Amino acid sequence: MEGLNTMLGESPVKMDVQSLNAFYGESRAIQDINLAIPEKQVTAIIGPSGCGKSTLIRCLNRLHETGFKARVEGSVFLDGEDLYQIDATLVRRRVGMVFQKPNPFATMSIYNNVSAPLRFNGHPSRQECDDAVLRALKQAALWDEVKDRVDDPATSLSGGQQQRLCIARALAANPEVLLMDEPCSALDPIATAKIEELIGQLKQEYTVVIVTHNMQQAARVSDRTAFLYLGKLIEYGPTEDLFERPKEHLTESYITGRFG
Amino acid sequence: MTTRSDRGLRRKIFSHSMVVLSGLAIVAVMLPLFWIIYECVVLGGSHLTLNYFTQGTPPPCSPISCEAGGGLTMIQGSFIVVALATLYAVPIGIAAAIFAVEYGGGGALGALSRALSMAADVLSGVPSIVIGVFVYVLILYYDHGIVFSVTSGSLALGAIMLPIVMRTTEEALRTVPHSVREAALALGMTRWKISLRIVLISALPGVLTGILLAIARAVGEAAPLLLLDNTTLPRFLGFNYPAQSLSLGIYLWADSPYKNLQNLAWETALVLLIFVLVLSLTSRLALNRLSRKWKA
Repeated sequence: MEGLNTMLGESPVKMDVQSLNAFYGESRAIQDINLAIPEKQVTAIIGPSGCGKSTLIRCLNRLHETGFKARVEGSVFLDGEDLYQIDATLVRRRVGMVFQKPNPFATMSIYNNVSAPLRFNGHPSRQECDDAVLRALKQAALWDEVKDRVDDPATSLSGGQQQRLCIARALAANPEVLLMDEPCSALDPIATAKIEELIGQLKQEYTVVIVTHNMQQAARVSDRTAFLYLGKLIEYGPTEDLFERPKEHLTESYITGRFG
Repeated sequence: MTTRSDRGLRRKIFSHSMVVLSGLAIVAVMLPLFWIIYECVVLGGSHLTLNYFTQGTPPPCSPISCEAGGGLTMIQGSFIVVALATLYAVPIGIAAAIFAVEYGGGGALGALSRALSMAADVLSGVPSIVIGVFVYVLILYYDHGIVFSVTSGSLALGAIMLPIVMRTTEEALRTVPHSVREAALALGMTRWKISLRIVLISALPGVLTGILLAIARAVGEAAPLLLLDNTTLPRFLGFNYPAQSLSLGIYLWADSPYKNLQNLAWETALVLLIFVLVLSLTSRLALNRLSRKWKA
């Protein structure tokens, strides 16, 4: 594994993306991306609509390839192991994901939503489920709001609560990395603030990668930021540097609002 | 030369005549339905008592005795033959629909799944008597002793139910949002578990509707039973023997010269009509209830 990044500044590298290309049919959505994601930090991916941010993050848990006529070239290493050489379902148990719109299982209760990854991927005891649900709901800062009604349908929650439920569901699977694809884009400012606060806590235990079209959000929550434009990685570095001292002219134009 | 008011008048006449024509069309559609219901209620309802559900087919009227009898034998026969048909049609239909929807996409599998959907469409268009003849020959080849039996009748009904179950299940599965599948995929669930335990469960109201509609269709089907499962035997003897059924009962007794059997035919028509109506109404109600509960 020549050229594999093991350290990024002070932090060990959790995920290392190497010459990654993703296609929809014949069209290439992202081109030759190289990106080292540090462990237990928040990495933000920003860029204008259609620049390939979502495609990139969906390559990190091998979800991109499930789309129609979609394929991926290149490698993504997780702790030095190429994700594209191991079983995709196992990859997704190690790399969890939260989507743009909250997507709880509508037919299930709150409890069953959170325990779904355990119940569907194994044969846990009732106690194991209880423990995992309690831990995940607490980590997702939802426990206090739902502790008296975990058997209510998931759809009885508000949009912001549903999104935190989806975070809890992803965490219940005990992933190493949590991917978030514009997790606040369907939420109001108060719910957004809660999720952002939550991301700050989550990075103590998980490596977080977040896609956002909101530059202020990236600046608020992330340690490192990657700027994508037209499927290419233009600039990547510590968030402060990228926003205050961008090296690339394109980055500067984007963060100062000249396009995008 | 036409004046302004002329044109207005012509427009009004045209408009009114269109309203009348539309009204006639409504009557033309509704009239047969209500007429049928009316006739069945009047002719069947006047004799229908609870005895219909507790007594078997009566012997024909004779100078000595004339019993009214009931439809229990037919209900029993219909229940068994349709239940058997449901037993084949539902699992196969649901499995085929899951394959067509969840495993479609591009490539060879996609082509196969599209071919499967098309085959179901063609099958649903095959006249039921042709299905009956096919099963007749098939069973004849396999074991000529059971050609005329509940077993062969149920095979034909199953073949009639299969495309209905499959196509309604397909439609129900397609209404499940893609985001639900992605949520499950992202949790590392295997594809078949997602299909069975997430998508199918979400689509359950639609699937149940399809099953009920297929049952309603099968229970009213007479043509294949005429060929395969046709008898006046007053008792159910086993799967390898023919049994009476509601639909065929109407055909047999309506043609009879005996008054008590003619009445039985009308009563049966009413019971069958009510059963099918109730079945389709329940399926709709269930669909609305469940989908409202799960969408909220």
